[in-house]
Amino acid sequence: MNRALRPLLATTVIFLLAYLAAVLQYPSMLSTRVLGNFLTDNAFLGIAAVGMTFVIISGGIDLSVGAVIGFSTVLIATLIMWSGLHPALAFAITLAVSAGFGALMGAAIHYLKVPSFIVTLAGMFLARGGASVLSPDSIGIKHEVYTAISRAYILLPGGGRLTVIGMVMLAVFALGILLAHRTRFGSYVYALGGNETSAALMGVPVARTTILVYTLSSTLAGIAGIVFSLYTSAGYSLSALGVELDAIAAVVIGGTLLTGGYGFVAGTFIGVMLQGLVQTYIVFDGTLSSWWTKIVIGGLLFMFILLQRLVFSASGPRKKAFRKS
Amino acid sequence: MKRQALTSALLRPQFAALAAVLFINWLLFPGFFTVTWQDGRFFGSLLDVLNRGAPVAILAIGVTAVIATKGVDLSVGAVMAISGAVAAVMVSTGTPAAIAIPVALLAGLICGFWNGVLVTYLDIQPIIATLVLMVAGRGLAQLITEGSIVTFSDPVLSYIGTGALFGLPMPVVIAFVLMIVTTIAVRRTALGLLIEAVGVNRSAARFAGISSRLLLLLVYSFAGFCAAIAGLVVAGDIRGADANNAGLWLELDAILAVVLGGTSLLGGRFSIPMSVVGALIIQAMNTGILISGFSPQFNLVVKSAVIILILVLQSPQAGQWLSRRFTPLTPPPKRSAK
Repeated sequence: MNRALRPLLATTVIFLLAYLAAVLQYPSMLSTRVLGNFLTDNAFLGIAAVGMTFVIISGGIDLSVGAVIGFSTVLIATLIMWSGLHPALAFAITLAVSAGFGALMGAAIHYLKVPSFIVTLAGMFLARGGASVLSPDSIGIKHEVYTAISRAYILLPGGGRLTVIGMVMLAVFALGILLAHRTRFGSYVYALGGNETSAALMGVPVARTTILVYTLSSTLAGIAGIVFSLYTSAGYSLSALGVELDAIAAVVIGGTLLTGGYGFVAGTFIGVMLQGLVQTYIVFDGTLSSWWTKIVIGGLLFMFILLQRLVFSASGPRKKAFRKS
Repeated sequence: MKRQALTSALLRPQFAALAAVLFINWLLFPGFFTVTWQDGRFFGSLLDVLNRGAPVAILAIGVTAVIATKGVDLSVGAVMAISGAVAAVMVSTGTPAAIAIPVALLAGLICGFWNGVLVTYLDIQPIIATLVLMVAGRGLAQLITEGSIVTFSDPVLSYIGTGALFGLPMPVVIAFVLMIVTTIAVRRTALGLLIEAVGVNRSAARFAGISSRLLLLLVYSFAGFCAAIAGLVVAGDIRGADANNAGLWLELDAILAVVLGGTSLLGGRFSIPMSVVGALIIQAMNTGILISGFSPQFNLVVKSAVIILILVLQSPQAGQWLSRRFTPLTPPPKRSAK
């Protein structure tokens, strides 16, 4: 067993155990209906979390994803409902805008040498503010394409529905895994997160990779925005509030190290599913109030960070002993 | 010498920025600087800026110390909600405020201590360690209030949020006293130097004999304590505890205030009074947008524009460019790339 895969394995085992425990209590949770809903309800979070995984592996953080999702939903709604554009064109414009936004943030991070935390914080304010300037109110989207897409699904054995947005999320995860482990860009991202100076000395194009990582994250947030607008059939400047935190939590729970240079896109998928499981369990239970979700997710986050600490202090380089002061 | 230091301190860009924002506010609203005396206290837009800016200023005082140690505290907004919830629930069930307030402050101190333990003993990155409490803390606060907005009519607690001392609003007095006490504590003792040493290089500080664990525990606990004070101020102001919205996103405003005040996120050099000035700049902008009749939606856009401007001005590249233009003889201090 490859040592590097241990955290991923641990996350998977914990998810399966948690799911088993939930099924033992509520046998009806073991159905493709519930699993299908896991995918549909968390599609936007999953898509955004793939981008966040790349950013975190590269050693940065992106606080703007929730705001970019919110902005995208409003932009799509205004383009379709007010300007009368076809949804396909609206989607293309939204993706272009969000990609450009990410590229600008990446450029600011690299060329101004400002921590990504602050640049993406400014990006978050800008995107939320821009969305509420476009329209402070929620705009309902009515278009035949929207109705068609939200009604389309593949019937799974057992009555579950694999919706279009669920499939989009699965496709994004598959592409993300390929991008991370099978392309040159993926290796650059890992190298950059391991050590920026060594990466530059090895010939990694640091500027281009940094800009591309944030472009990727914002573009995926744009796709997540499209998915969110399909999910809710509306555009609202305050939608997806705090999704960046859920995405970061999913990435950490999935075994990615926040110091960068190490992580898995596949782990993030399990992180997202685990959050979906917590929410679904609370819905099934009925007596627990919704704020328990936050406490449980916080607790899970803590547990996984602790787990990573233990795994890495056991197998990590000796240098770590110095850093503990 | 002293006077020279004072003049150079007043010439800092932060004061220029604050003056510029206030000047623009005055252009938009000619009565901006008018201060009147009524019912034993001062009234006016200027006092409103101070009063509304006080919670962020109080948070920023604690967060400055954390950022100076190369850390960050994302949980202060959630801690505000917790301390407000604790105080509100206690007084609404008949506990006297004299007990409820210290208990609420203690709750904040414990939250900060927890962050400190994660950062020092478990060696977790600060941003992640405090993220745990940021996510879970608001849930805890809702657990304390049982999901509802707890209101109270306790005179002592609401005095903290809405009362006045020497004609000044109580939040302003609290923020000012906290700023003075903290500044004296860090500048008249070796504490500030030790914090900066840990922020610049934790290993080196340890080899120099600084007990960095104890220091970090102290700093994070202090940030939690400040957040608890801010939580009491906000709860006292609305005479209630709203676990969902109290202090929501204020951690980001507090970090922004610290950055505006010139404290580097890379640790080291810090200034507590300048962070308070940073908080006032943010509030002056907010107030300016409100009184100018623009819709509050522009608030975030203007805020982000200001951050971008400050970031560009503070970046090493811009510094090099400016110093090449104006003072070709003194090379700018080099900052490491990461």
